[in-house]
Amino acid sequence: MAANGAPAILMEDVHKWFGEFHVLKGIDLEVGETQKVVICGPSGSGKSTLIRCINALEDYQRGRIVVDGIEVTKDVKHIEAIRREVGMVFQQFNLFPHLTVLENLILAPMHVRHMPRKEAEELAMHFLERVKIPEQAHKYPGQLSGGQQQRVAIARALCMKPKIMLFDEPTSALDPEMIKEVLDVMVELAEAGMTMVVVTHEMGFARSVADFIVFMDAGEIVEVAPPSVFFTSPRSERTKLFLSQILHH
Amino acid sequence: MAVAERRPRVEVLPPVTERIGVLAWLKHNLFSTWYNSLLTVLVLLLLYFTLVPFFEWAVLKATISGTSKADCRFDGACWTLIKVRFGQYLYGLYPADQRWRVNLAFGLLVLAMVPLFLPHMRHRLLYACGLVFLYPPVAYLFFAGGLFGLEVVETPKWGGLFLTLVIAGVGIVTSLPLGVLLALGRRSEMPVIRALSVVFIELVRGVPLVTILFMASVMLPLFLPPGVTIDKLLRALVGVALFSSAYMAEVVRGGLQAIPKGQYEAAMALGLGYWQMMGYIILPQALRLVIPGIVNTFIGLFKDTSLVTIIGLYDLLGMAKLITTDPAWLGRAAESYLFAALGFWIFCFGMSRYSMYVEKVLAAGQRR
Repeated sequence: MAANGAPAILMEDVHKWFGEFHVLKGIDLEVGETQKVVICGPSGSGKSTLIRCINALEDYQRGRIVVDGIEVTKDVKHIEAIRREVGMVFQQFNLFPHLTVLENLILAPMHVRHMPRKEAEELAMHFLERVKIPEQAHKYPGQLSGGQQQRVAIARALCMKPKIMLFDEPTSALDPEMIKEVLDVMVELAEAGMTMVVVTHEMGFARSVADFIVFMDAGEIVEVAPPSVFFTSPRSERTKLFLSQILHH
Repeated sequence: MAVAERRPRVEVLPPVTERIGVLAWLKHNLFSTWYNSLLTVLVLLLLYFTLVPFFEWAVLKATISGTSKADCRFDGACWTLIKVRFGQYLYGLYPADQRWRVNLAFGLLVLAMVPLFLPHMRHRLLYACGLVFLYPPVAYLFFAGGLFGLEVVETPKWGGLFLTLVIAGVGIVTSLPLGVLLALGRRSEMPVIRALSVVFIELVRGVPLVTILFMASVMLPLFLPPGVTIDKLLRALVGVALFSSAYMAEVVRGGLQAIPKGQYEAAMALGLGYWQMMGYIILPQALRLVIPGIVNTFIGLFKDTSLVTIIGLYDLLGMAKLITTDPAWLGRAAESYLFAALGFWIFCFGMSRYSMYVEKVLAAGQRR
């Protein structure tokens, strides 16, 4: 878990309650620049909540989160600065259905980074080519398949040129035959040096891309290890149980 | 992965088409069972005894020629009344020789709205906003006069369809943006804004429009220093605008609630600020969704304008009523009210049809 210089993401003793329910119980996590972290665990363990705290989509009650040198607080200026540098890809894609693919992509660069329209469109086409669907630029999201929509969502996040990309179960809502096309894009992104935090059940992806894997259960981080260790010799019983449940298809 | 091909065992047949003639349709839909047949007969009888006499009275035995009540057949509708007093239905008590000003102002509006319907028009929203701010002063100048040699026409003289359109127009144009702001305020996380929005909406919705107009007309002067008066029509306009915006707020709030949380989150995750998120992402979707509710509110507002009669202004319905009090046309109240009803129906149905067209153009119902 070595960090190169200042960590891109630092979480210290983070606690979160939903009412009475203690959903994050003292999370400590450090993600260095260009590192890829995969977070896995049973449902309800708090993995989605954890990464949503990073870009302030969820708040937290105790502890400290520092992203790209900026602390995540309730201050709107902080939050907006962080969100400019952190891109997020959602399980349900969340594309804007009333805009074309191209319009989805240029919206944020134009209105948050104040990029002129021409430049934004060129940027958008560049990323559409990178996710291998440039011909879909003028279609509406409803006309695309799930895999294509998720790739558009990735391109949309990339258009803001973020330093960190968060993925919240990006392939969980996809038909099996479309999972590969999305994972390929994520692998290419990883190889290009992006800092990534990915919540996923795709263990093949974790094995080949992750620098280290975080196993969460019931709001706690149970085990952190690089793939070579995590899959072959997990230390905790809970990890072993989880792996046995998901690794035999 | 090879899949063995299977020849289909059953030939694909064309769909079965039933032969339906008119008699067969009648038998199937209206006379299928004994109670359906009975109902059909009863309804037909009802239609015969109501529609036929009405048609006889309104069309077959009606009179439209002539200039006075004496010219009309006693047993048919007297549309002569409408013809003779048509100007008053349209303009109220506005001086007849100045009516060209009203026509000119409305004509100008129609012309100014043409660009909004051109297919290659850019910045439509900006143009519409500009129109909303620039047109009213110009229209007021034409209607009220006082400058450029135009004779002054006080607002109590404005009436008929002209007044209905003015009040409804102002109400419609102000209630939508105000309603959106109130809806956003009610959903705001800032407690003061939320409290103010809720209080306003619940207070205004809790009283009938009549009481608001009445209070504006009767009570407001008590609070003003002696000698200071606020124009009666202006009071009515403010009352109608505030009233309608409270209802509109709830319609819009329904739309805002229907937008999945993921849309808000995706917008926030991209770094969009609150107003950017609302303006580019949420409101375009939410408003499209609740077009039926919005148009419903507009149509209701259009008809509610008749309530200004309580403060002594004569809209289309008010004029219709006023005309029935003329002794020269005694006994012809039905014609007057029917005509007013027709007027309202034309505009309300027109709005309804236009809204369906707008929905289609915006593909509002398309599955997301």
